Amino acid sequence: MCVTQHFWDFFVSGLANGFVYALIALGYTLVYGVLQLINFAHSEVFMSGGFGGLFVINFAIGSRHPHGLSSVWFVLVGLAAGAVTGGIVAYILERVAYRPLRRRNAPKLAFLISAIGMSYFLYNLAGKEFGRDARTMKPPFTVSPNKPLFTVFGAPVNLYDAVIAVSAIAMLILLDRVVQRTRLGQGIRAVAQDADTAALMGVNIDRVIAQTFILGGLLGGAAGFLFGLGTAGVSYTMGFTPGIKAFTAAVLGGIGNIRGAMLGGLLLGVVENLSSACFGASWVDVVAFYILVLVLLVRPMGLLGERLGRSA
Amino acid sequence: MTLRRVWAWATSLRGRQLWVTLAGALVVDVMTGPSGSLNDPTAGFAGSLLSRRVGIFLLIGFAFWLLVTSRERLAAWSRSWTAAVRPSRWLPSRWYRLAAYGVLLAVAIVLPLVLSPYWQEVAVDQIGVYVLLALGLNVVVGLAGLLDLGYIAFYAIGAYSCAYWTDSLPIHPPFVLNPFATIPFAIAAAMLAGVILGAPTLRLRGDYLAIVTLGFGEIITIYATNLQSVTGGSPGNSRPIPHFSINLFGLHYRWGIDNMPYYYLLLAFVVMVIVFFHNLENSRVGRAWTAIREDEVAAAASGVNTFRYKLLAFAIGASTSGFAGVLFASKIQTITPLSFLLQQSILILVLVIFGGMGSIPGAIVGAAIIQWFPNGLKTYVRKEDLFLYLGALLVVMMIYRPQGLIPSRRRARELALAESGLVEADALTTASRDV
Amino acid sequence: MASGTGDDPILEVDRVTLRFGGVTSLAEVSIRQQRGELLAVIGPNGAGKTSLFNAITGVYRPQDGDIRFRARDQRPVSLIGKKVHEVTKLGIARTFQNIRLFAALTVFENVKIGIESRQRTGPVSAMLRLPRTLREERDGDRLATELLDFVGLRNRANDLAASLPYGAQRRLEIARALGTRPQLLLLDEPAAGTNPVEKAELEDLIRHINTEMGLSILLIEHDMRLVMSLAERVVVLNFGRVIAEGPPAQVQADPAVIEAYLGTRAYRAATGEEASG
Repeated sequence: MCVTQHFWDFFVSGLANGFVYALIALGYTLVYGVLQLINFAHSEVFMSGGFGGLFVINFAIGSRHPHGLSSVWFVLVGLAAGAVTGGIVAYILERVAYRPLRRRNAPKLAFLISAIGMSYFLYNLAGKEFGRDARTMKPPFTVSPNKPLFTVFGAPVNLYDAVIAVSAIAMLILLDRVVQRTRLGQGIRAVAQDADTAALMGVNIDRVIAQTFILGGLLGGAAGFLFGLGTAGVSYTMGFTPGIKAFTAAVLGGIGNIRGAMLGGLLLGVVENLSSACFGASWVDVVAFYILVLVLLVRPMGLLGERLGRSA
Repeated sequence: MTLRRVWAWATSLRGRQLWVTLAGALVVDVMTGPSGSLNDPTAGFAGSLLSRRVGIFLLIGFAFWLLVTSRERLAAWSRSWTAAVRPSRWLPSRWYRLAAYGVLLAVAIVLPLVLSPYWQEVAVDQIGVYVLLALGLNVVVGLAGLLDLGYIAFYAIGAYSCAYWTDSLPIHPPFVLNPFATIPFAIAAAMLAGVILGAPTLRLRGDYLAIVTLGFGEIITIYATNLQSVTGGSPGNSRPIPHFSINLFGLHYRWGIDNMPYYYLLLAFVVMVIVFFHNLENSRVGRAWTAIREDEVAAAASGVNTFRYKLLAFAIGASTSGFAGVLFASKIQTITPLSFLLQQSILILVLVIFGGMGSIPGAIVGAAIIQWFPNGLKTYVRKEDLFLYLGALLVVMMIYRPQGLIPSRRRARELALAESGLVEADALTTASRDV
Repeated sequence: MASGTGDDPILEVDRVTLRFGGVTSLAEVSIRQQRGELLAVIGPNGAGKTSLFNAITGVYRPQDGDIRFRARDQRPVSLIGKKVHEVTKLGIARTFQNIRLFAALTVFENVKIGIESRQRTGPVSAMLRLPRTLREERDGDRLATELLDFVGLRNRANDLAASLPYGAQRRLEIARALGTRPQLLLLDEPAAGTNPVEKAELEDLIRHINTEMGLSILLIEHDMRLVMSLAERVVVLNFGRVIAEGPPAQVQADPAVIEAYLGTRAYRAATGEEASG
């Protein structure tokens, strides 16, 4: 069958995509947990992280050709820049588009429409200000990112894949710790379970919501940087497709469920890649849609069930 | 001590409104300012914010704030908002309303005759067709409260149906039809697609419905592009779709590339659709939709089959879109997947929201005004920036005027009641809240 | 009034159990209501009364047991698994504890929605304003006016539902429920939050519905005086179980009921002294 030929190759590169999807999906899932709302504009948070990482890293690298330890340093700088940009944009999003509507007890429809508006505004702004062509980052490694480092079951793992995997895993672990162990995480879980009671217990709802957005933004922005490291580079439209797919991943894993978002992202990345092997690359975007519909029909609560309130 | 007073004022309501207004002024400055480029990403920002422009915009913002927040004016202004929301204001007498529609119709008939050919084309391609689309989406979003982000997909299905049945696609139909005759087939195809899409997804939460419909819109474009042997793919159909023509009972007329005949045909269809939808809205169907929007559980308890009515709204919206697709296809003669992008679905959504969700006159006026903008302000606004403005418009509308330009009476009431916490205003809230 | 002769049950709740996660809302509840009977369901807060209504009307599906409804001259039908609007179409209407009116619609429109559930004309006929539709509209208007007359809201027909005082809102909700032409009416705390005048009006209304219109009524109420005055039989729930059943006076004196409402001390006091009247 089409799949068995180069199964591990596609599996590994699918995982790399999957990690990116997982990071973005976490943003969707966190916000959904506390607001019961899909943050449509999260795809633009991802995109802005890509641009933030791009500018900072291009500036930082200058005309150097980093290798070894300094490569690691530059990747970290890029991740941080992407994350911070994402966090800022996410915060602005919350303050400008969502908070006024929450104050007004606006119907859910209004939130969705406003999010769409912000999404279109942000990506067109990026296009207007930064030009409408894709830009590539100056590579923080001298080793070609596409040369295989090592192989897993015969599938080449190149530097790019490795960087994504390591960064993503580190961030996912970090997020898990934050949600489980910190005050902030407690607040998020409380508001996700029952906002009114949490407020009565002294939790500052506005602050928790803002922090949730920022947290999701940090991850999404960092994902933008990682995405931009690849050959596609960064462009003002880069947010749209990964955004939808990441949302599908979040639903697949169970919306509001952090571990679910991680699982969903990885699973979607792999399945998508294997499908593109079988049906051709031009059909790859359709896979996510069919998976979404399938999940919603057969198991709408997702693979791991919807919950943020309990321990993911 | 004075620092504290300054801070106290800055965080007061008026102070906050000043920040918001000034920030808004800066945003408008950047939006309307120069653009950056690939090699010079800061050019746009520098050009807008580090030049004389910023002073002008800040000044305008300040003046706006002064005007709007001075006490007496604020009171009068908010009174005018609430007055606009009160149902009695809107032409209580049926005859006044009919007269208003009559005047509008007269204008619509006469005005295009005095316009330039450029504007005549706009009237057909951009305003006319989009009024029809807005009316259809108005039923889905405005009356039933369902967010459909893939609306353009049904338009595409209608257009491709027309192309197929007039033998303009690579695959041949069993018999060839006149474009007029393809209308029922196109409507049927679009309605079928609407039902197939709606049946599994309308039971889902509103947010999910939005995403699924978005995805549907996307994959229709993908299928249209990839199945080149069926749809003609990206280059489009090789044989042009014939224009409309009538050959019945001694009546012979052929529409050509001239805009005006198409305009009048479109106008006739729009009037027909308005009459149908108006009747629908004031029937048990319209009331059932309002009930579902207001309180789905209570609606079900009152015997309303909520799923069936939602599906009905969806199907009607899809059919209208498909119908518009035929008109579009037959006029433009060549259709490609590029004619049916996501952002058109969003555009139609903007038209409906801006005009007033659930309001027929709102949909018409909203479509006309918004579609005028990129053409009327062509010299001041770049075409690529259009959605920059539309996006901002959506956000601003949702915060300051969610009922739209010409609110439907029911909707305006609902929003006013929702704001005072008495009611949840649409079908997107989870249904099983403390029963 | 229930027919004295013979057993003609309109509703049979048969060992119904309803659980939510770890909480058991209803535990093997069995209730048998006769046609034309005004049956009251009482019990402390959280006893499961509204859950019972939700189970009957299809909002929640019980894990165990059956609920059978027998419309006049029909065979019994199981309500388990039926959707809410299907239950209404079978002939069971309800009102809600927290009044769920269509706030932005007028009083008249609210009642019409209930009435229209029984209409048959479809959207195409509505779009074209065919004579069929016009006729049904007129009939619906007439029935709505009658119902509003019946509940005493005729003069407020064009007011927004949200603008009505509390007692009037309750009556409107009842009118809307009556519009669906039910045979069994479920009233969930209709007198809650009403002042004495409104309460008296409601009592008359409910009694009329039962006697003049011949509807069976299942009533959840906390106001004991109202229950004593209206109900022929009372069922007492506590922690999801039926703890007593019978005529009002008998149930009121039942020690288990007293204990459920007032606690063990009161129970002891009641059994130690005279039974409370």
